[in-house]
Amino acid sequence: MNTLSFVVQQTMFFAIPLLIVALGGMFSERSGVVNIALEGIMIMGAFVSILFINLTQDQISGQILLLLAVLVAGAAGGVFSLLHAYAAITLRANQVISGTALNMFAPAFAIFITRSVQKVQQIPFNDTFRLAKVPVLGDIPVIGALFFQNAYITTYLGLAIFVVAAIVIKKTRFGLRLRSCGEYPQAADAVGINVYRIRYKGVFISGMLAGIGGLVFVIPTSTNFNATVAGYGFLALAVLIFGNWRPGSILGAAFFFGLMKTFASAYSGIPFLKGLPLPSNVYKMLPYVATLVALAFFSKRSQAPRSSGVPFDKSTR
Amino acid sequence: MSDLSKRSRRNRGLMSFASSIIAILIGLLFGFIILLVSHPDQAVDGFVTILRGGFFGGASSIGQMINIAVPIIMTGLSVGFAYRTGLFNIGTPGQFTTGAFAAIYIGSKWTFLPAPIHWVVAVLGAMLVGAVWGSIPGFLKAYRNVNEVISAIMLNYIGMYLVNMLVVETVYDQLRNQSRPVKAAAKIPTLGLAEAFKGSYLNMSILICIVFVIIVYIIVSKTTFGYELRAVGLNPFASRYAGINSKRSIVVSMVISGALAGIGGGLMYLGQTGVFLQVVDVLAPQGFNGIPVALLGLNNPIGIFFSGLFVASLTVGGYNLQLFEFTPEVIDMIIAVIIYCSAFTLLFKNLMEQLLAKRKAAAVKEEEER
Repeated sequence: MNTLSFVVQQTMFFAIPLLIVALGGMFSERSGVVNIALEGIMIMGAFVSILFINLTQDQISGQILLLLAVLVAGAAGGVFSLLHAYAAITLRANQVISGTALNMFAPAFAIFITRSVQKVQQIPFNDTFRLAKVPVLGDIPVIGALFFQNAYITTYLGLAIFVVAAIVIKKTRFGLRLRSCGEYPQAADAVGINVYRIRYKGVFISGMLAGIGGLVFVIPTSTNFNATVAGYGFLALAVLIFGNWRPGSILGAAFFFGLMKTFASAYSGIPFLKGLPLPSNVYKMLPYVATLVALAFFSKRSQAPRSSGVPFDKSTR
Repeated sequence: MSDLSKRSRRNRGLMSFASSIIAILIGLLFGFIILLVSHPDQAVDGFVTILRGGFFGGASSIGQMINIAVPIIMTGLSVGFAYRTGLFNIGTPGQFTTGAFAAIYIGSKWTFLPAPIHWVVAVLGAMLVGAVWGSIPGFLKAYRNVNEVISAIMLNYIGMYLVNMLVVETVYDQLRNQSRPVKAAAKIPTLGLAEAFKGSYLNMSILICIVFVIIVYIIVSKTTFGYELRAVGLNPFASRYAGINSKRSIVVSMVISGALAGIGGGLMYLGQTGVFLQVVDVLAPQGFNGIPVALLGLNNPIGIFFSGLFVASLTVGGYNLQLFEFTPEVIDMIIAVIIYCSAFTLLFKNLMEQLLAKRKAAAVKEEEER
């Protein structure tokens, strides 16, 4: 039982940020803009919000501070992603170029600003956010121990984001329009949809979610921010593709990867795995090998949004 | 006719060059503003340091710059070549690292090789292993419809952990947590370059690098083979209709791309530059840096060569920046802005092209009317 709840809790820490960021990527790519800048946007969101926590934690703490930080992270990520949107949509530039630029800029900017203010490049923060037990829910037998103990509010936030994102993209008029801009923007344009505006919205949403994802990644796994999110932006991109650009599959892909990652990083805490005579690097490889094998079997029918990565030019057909 | 098309091609080349220069100027201006805002009193000296970069710091500085440039030119060639054939090879860190390990392993263990060819075999080993590592996303894309970006990302991590494990088990220097030095015969000959550029560890890897720049240029621009690879990138359906085996082309492109990145890893760690493969859980930055180098070089082999040197020069400038109260990250920000602006200048280039085309059309029309 203890092992199981440990595995579930760890899996959440890895899977939730991937889920949030990959859902963000979904909004961008299904509107027709490839967003390889997720990594950079995550770093920017994490940087600004952790800095915010660092500066205000003397006045406020706990869940209110965390929720404020989430808002800050979303705003920072959204604003930063507009740089990508401007180049990719308005200037119709190659979308890999501006994405690469953002990925390069964010960590350098974070280190530069931090080092200009203080001597070291890490930004420390106090973890006052961990919930030992969620009131009432945490006392439910079995489920309480699995999902409502030793948790962070961001876990539930991530799941809420998933529900909202799935409804928005599948059931709303905005979602339908967004998807049509990623498949056949000329047709969308012909029925009077402003493709540029929809794509801006798609990229902005992806920026907000990636920014939040950056914060959600850092909070449970560390007590300082060192201008990196350990490649999670690229992994989220992989989860997005693995999840075939659909919310339900993205959820599955994120948890599959999160579970594998848990085995990889915490195998010594799991009695069954600890007994096996394998070097730690084998476990570390496991999530990536498993994903690769799964891809080889399940990708045959996978299909990217048709116009993803293709700049829209109103004057061409 | 041929004269006209040659001239228009030259014009286009000139415009690309002009737009890159504009992007670089904007990036440098941005860097100057950053310096000015953070430490106004040192800004001018700092900026001069960046501009001097690797080129004006004497022989050792030039050597240092070239040693930084060689690996990123090779990974830049790798990214650029794949890009020209319609593939985004984000897997250069994995190909670079696995190639580097192959070179180090051969360089340390295969002592049965005669001395004069030891280093050659080690470089070839790096090339082969990089090619194999690159071929996996190629096969998966061609035959299993797996997006090459995601498989390459996975293979980056697999390669990193695999190499960490293999280093620990075969060529481990426990004290420093890194690979052991390779045998003397496996080091790339200096050809007297180290003596000519005193204080640096310059060797002939830059010459090998130039050879590959030329080879890639010839493959891409001058051969039917390269034409077919590019055609598949532009339109796989049309090329299949034209009788090109598009699946095979995808695999071949990735093999070549991976080989180039692998060589980069080999050249870096077989040089006598005092760098060793660290056992850390960080993807090789030289691999990722191939992406900006390729973009800045407009995916053209010769452009990539110069953009690699340029980025290396800025990097040396960044190290020297620490003499003042600046952090070297200023350089990364400058490069990021340059790349971002190169997106702007593509638009600028298109505008100029349209303008030229319009003028040409008008001239032709005038000719006809007369």
